[in-house]
Amino acid sequence: MDILQIVIVIGVLMLIAKPLGDYLYHVFSNEPNLTDRVFRWVEKPIFALIGVKQRTGMSWKRYAFSFIAINIVLVAISYAVLRLQSGLPLNPSDIGNMEPTLVMNTIISFITNTNLQHYSGETGLTYFSQMAVIMMMMFASAATGFSVAVAFVRGITSKGKSLGNFFEDFVKAHTRIFLPLSTIITLVLVALQVPQTLDLTLTITTLQGSTQQIAIGPVASLESIKHLGTNGGGFFGVNSAHPFENPNPLTNVIEILSMWALPASLPFMYGRFAKSRKQGWVIFSAMMILFLVFLTVAYTAEKNGNPALNDLGIDASQGSMEGKEVRFGMAQSVLFTAVTTAATTGTVNNMHDTLTPLGGLVPLAEMMLNVVFGGKGVGLMNMLMYAILAVFICGLMVGRTPEFLGRKIEPREMKLIAVAILAHPFIILAPTAAAFLIDLGKGSISNSGFHGITQVLYEYTSSAANNGSGFEGLADNTPFWNISTGLVMFFGRYISMIAMLAVVGSLVRKQWVPETIGTFRTDNALFTFLLIGTVILIGALTFLPVVVLGPIAEHLTIR
Amino acid sequence: MNEKRNKSLFSGPIVAQALKASVIKLNPAVMIKNPVMFVVEVGAAIVLLMTVFPGFFDAEDRIGFNLTVFLILLFTVLFANFAEALAEGRGKAQADTLKRTKKEITANKVVGSGIKTVLSTELRKGDIVVVSQGEMIPGDGEVIEGLASVDESAITGESAPVIKEAGGDFNSVTGGTRVISDSIKVRITSDPGETFIDRMIALVEGAKRQKTPNEIALNTLLISLTIIFLIVVVTLRPIAAYAGIDLEIPVLIALLVCLIPTTIGGLLSAIGIAGMDRVTQFNVLAMSGKAVEASGDINTMILDKTGTITFGNRMASDIVPVGEASPDETAAWAAISSVQDETPEGRSVLEWMKQNGKTYDKALGEGGSFVEFKAETRMSGIDLKDARQVRKGAVDAIRKWLSAQGGAIPQDLDRHASRIASEGGTPLAVAVDNRIFGVIYLKDTVKPGMRERFDQLREMGIKTIMCTGDNPLTAATIAREAGVDDFIAESKPEDKIAVIRREQAEGKLVAMTGDGTNDAPALAQADVGLAMNSGTTAAKEVANMVDLDSDPSKIIEVVAIGKQLLMTRGALTTFSIANDIAKYFAIIPAMFMLAIPEMEALNIMKLGSPLSAVLSALIFNAIIIPLLIPLAMKGVAYRPMNASRLLSRNLVVYGLGGVVAPFIGIKFIDLLVHVWI
Repeated sequence: MDILQIVIVIGVLMLIAKPLGDYLYHVFSNEPNLTDRVFRWVEKPIFALIGVKQRTGMSWKRYAFSFIAINIVLVAISYAVLRLQSGLPLNPSDIGNMEPTLVMNTIISFITNTNLQHYSGETGLTYFSQMAVIMMMMFASAATGFSVAVAFVRGITSKGKSLGNFFEDFVKAHTRIFLPLSTIITLVLVALQVPQTLDLTLTITTLQGSTQQIAIGPVASLESIKHLGTNGGGFFGVNSAHPFENPNPLTNVIEILSMWALPASLPFMYGRFAKSRKQGWVIFSAMMILFLVFLTVAYTAEKNGNPALNDLGIDASQGSMEGKEVRFGMAQSVLFTAVTTAATTGTVNNMHDTLTPLGGLVPLAEMMLNVVFGGKGVGLMNMLMYAILAVFICGLMVGRTPEFLGRKIEPREMKLIAVAILAHPFIILAPTAAAFLIDLGKGSISNSGFHGITQVLYEYTSSAANNGSGFEGLADNTPFWNISTGLVMFFGRYISMIAMLAVVGSLVRKQWVPETIGTFRTDNALFTFLLIGTVILIGALTFLPVVVLGPIAEHLTIR
Repeated sequence: MNEKRNKSLFSGPIVAQALKASVIKLNPAVMIKNPVMFVVEVGAAIVLLMTVFPGFFDAEDRIGFNLTVFLILLFTVLFANFAEALAEGRGKAQADTLKRTKKEITANKVVGSGIKTVLSTELRKGDIVVVSQGEMIPGDGEVIEGLASVDESAITGESAPVIKEAGGDFNSVTGGTRVISDSIKVRITSDPGETFIDRMIALVEGAKRQKTPNEIALNTLLISLTIIFLIVVVTLRPIAAYAGIDLEIPVLIALLVCLIPTTIGGLLSAIGIAGMDRVTQFNVLAMSGKAVEASGDINTMILDKTGTITFGNRMASDIVPVGEASPDETAAWAAISSVQDETPEGRSVLEWMKQNGKTYDKALGEGGSFVEFKAETRMSGIDLKDARQVRKGAVDAIRKWLSAQGGAIPQDLDRHASRIASEGGTPLAVAVDNRIFGVIYLKDTVKPGMRERFDQLREMGIKTIMCTGDNPLTAATIAREAGVDDFIAESKPEDKIAVIRREQAEGKLVAMTGDGTNDAPALAQADVGLAMNSGTTAAKEVANMVDLDSDPSKIIEVVAIGKQLLMTRGALTTFSIANDIAKYFAIIPAMFMLAIPEMEALNIMKLGSPLSAVLSALIFNAIIIPLLIPLAMKGVAYRPMNASRLLSRNLVVYGLGGVVAPFIGIKFIDLLVHVWI
């Protein structure tokens, strides 16, 4: 049954991903098509209002400047709202203002699509903040990531100077993708008993006669964009493990699919842009193969359970159930964990802290790679960056200087890619080491030994990959953690995005090299394996020493 | 370069020089140009300090181990330096040979109406000198008066003299070559220090070697990998300390050195230099490494028909009688005129006679005195003992000769001659005294093996275009016979440029060969332009390669060398990076084994002890560099085939091999090392 559940979910994903990819292509190809007729009436006034009637193409610098400018404005507004929320409307539970370092952390967290939460939603945010800051940023950060990825794809697949118009992409991502889809998902979730209300927190008298506060609110609407936008920040502190966020296995599957479908469809959109569906399949297959390997590891580890507990004679027939919800069971929890860290959503329906060591290694590794589907657009960009690296290293072996999709990979591209591949391990490992060197960091770790290492490593990896899931067990709402993870999230998002835009800014202007029989092919099974090999050799082996010190040492010592 | 070059990789003096140079190159100011190896050197220095001052580092009980690590690291750097020095040394040896031809010589400079003897180093651009038989040409220049045969073996290695004459495409002479007959007046075209030989010396010495774009890009990747691993290793110590594990600095340095791409980092510049060197070995002078690299990327090759694809118009395919002459009579006279003629045309006539079973009086021809071909008369022949004069030559030259003697011209001569010409052949008239007997039909013949080579080029994805002055009909025939993809008939020099531009507009890289002045613009436009050494100065100036043997079909080999250079670089990079997997499995368990005995589970190679594991990985990492030097120098084996097959083949050898080889190598070394540790 367990495996069947997993197979069905993956099967449904495979069915959705390709048509969805085609739809995304139609949305962003900017060629007249059916979607125009449906959505033009909404977009026209918006474009008129923001003054981008012409929607001229932008250079990479202009595109990057535009998306950063929008993000800055949204950050400023959100900062004000969170600092002043107690005086603003829709605060029935009388929640106070947020502390500055926590505000900084929260805002960076949401604008970077990370949704690392050092606060608890039910006690830290008013309904207004949940809707005007949290949900707004969930839409905006997802749309930003999507737009940048689309610009990147346009850059490597087209000729000219322009990567498209950011504002047009940004608006269309809202009107044609996130708003319609999240509306549908919200309604489905509401139908499946997820609350959607502005009413006060419920006060209930229990059977024993004591009173209990039960937090409710506009949960369903946040839940839908939380997954669709691979955001992951929960309405409640325990996120999708909470029965109001994720009441039953069906909502669990819907949430899995809604965070997975868009990242999985992007390779197909890329295939359409590249005018070669095979290119899309190569990227998708590489992602899927890596995902299946990780899922298998996690499933096996959880199935075998914790040897220390098994030795005590505890029934392990259900697998390791520590920290998991009984209503989802082992399989749905493992799949959720694998998907949420693959798609860098960061929503959780079980405690990652209590996964078996190897089970916990899987989410960690997926975030370290950040290419196994990956977050809104970022995963595709990272995978394509690895594709360029694979071409650069192995392409020489056919006796030509390396070229990808007909463009030569030269020193300028390599320098920019070097920035991106350097930044990721640096912003994970350097702060991790720093946290162990100073008491401010060490003081928050609740476990000694290897598990403590994993806790810290997970926190920064999750921040750097803009995932946002917590390993938990870390007392992280302190200025040290708020500021350090804030910076890591910030650099994790913007350095690679800007570097990648600069790469395509350079590629798009290049003369195309015609494809001949002597050209290195990037649209076949061999390249899929080369791509996986490159990801493992360059992306994964970097983290092997530290992973050996964390989860692997823990695994070996509790056997 | 006269003598056959020493093809051996490790000839004595070069190795001795390279050994010395590899120690000199340890100078950190020099090492920093190769950041990957510089990191190794810094690591070695740190371990050396720990060995010399163990008290300061609290490492008294580790002196032996640390000393060993230091020595291995030192040798890693030395091996890399040795590879580079060896590659450079081979270039230097060639340069020395060239320098010998550059002795100071005297020149007869024309001053006013007189002649003044000056030293060659005093000559400047524009000076005019007279060079007579037996003298050396004092500098690069153009013949402005006269005609002479010149021995150019000093630069080309070809002993047969070449004719240089004023005007036309054969007027350029090179300093250091010797006039062996006649006398010429030469205008000097370059100042001392900028002559062709000077440039050759600079190039083969590698003095002016600049990194190619691909090398720069690859270097960027190697440096960033080095920085990544530096981050990994530096951060590992505090993280491990939290789990109560104290990692020793020499072990961390060992991990770092094993992970950073030292193999390719140590061999990268040697590969580049050796690639240039292979081109030079081939008697082609590439003006930059970039040109060699670009030749690997060529999509389209433009080839002249004559001389490149065919032998030129010089094989007798028929002998046609004119007037009242009989076929046998005509053939016999054609043969007699050719008996003493050593040119390919002459020999081909005798060959034709043999093949067609014709007979002639050989003794008659052998008894006469031979009249050599001259550019002025454009005919050759034999003065027989009985005073009869037999001549063969260009139809209009023979006609002129004949009318001077008052002979009659047969009416069908022109008809036959123009028919032959229209079919793309060359007619040679045969006459005896005042009578024309007939016409030798010289036909263009495709060089043997060209078809196979074009097939190979097609396999590599390279399109070939043949340029010829022939009419479309002839051109099509030859094109079909040779197997080229496309042709341009009745082509004028400007057509070549147009084709190059058209191909380049589609993003293709174009290679071409040329020799004449009117080829110069096209040579400059092409991405790879190979000029013939026999050609004009203008052509040689703009081309990015010069073929000293003046064999235009060499462009095909140059492309192969370019591809081989790129493949070698890619193969060794892949190999180097793939090596990391095994090294991880050697060092990581060893590093943690003392504190976490369960790490033995990761010791999949079952290495003897943590110390021997670390040393074995390091030793493997060091000795793989000298083991790969021959490969880096010679280049990986290359046979023309399509990209998919090339890739699969190289991936298996260097990718899979790169994963597997270190597992075997490290295990083997460990078996030896573990005897002591």
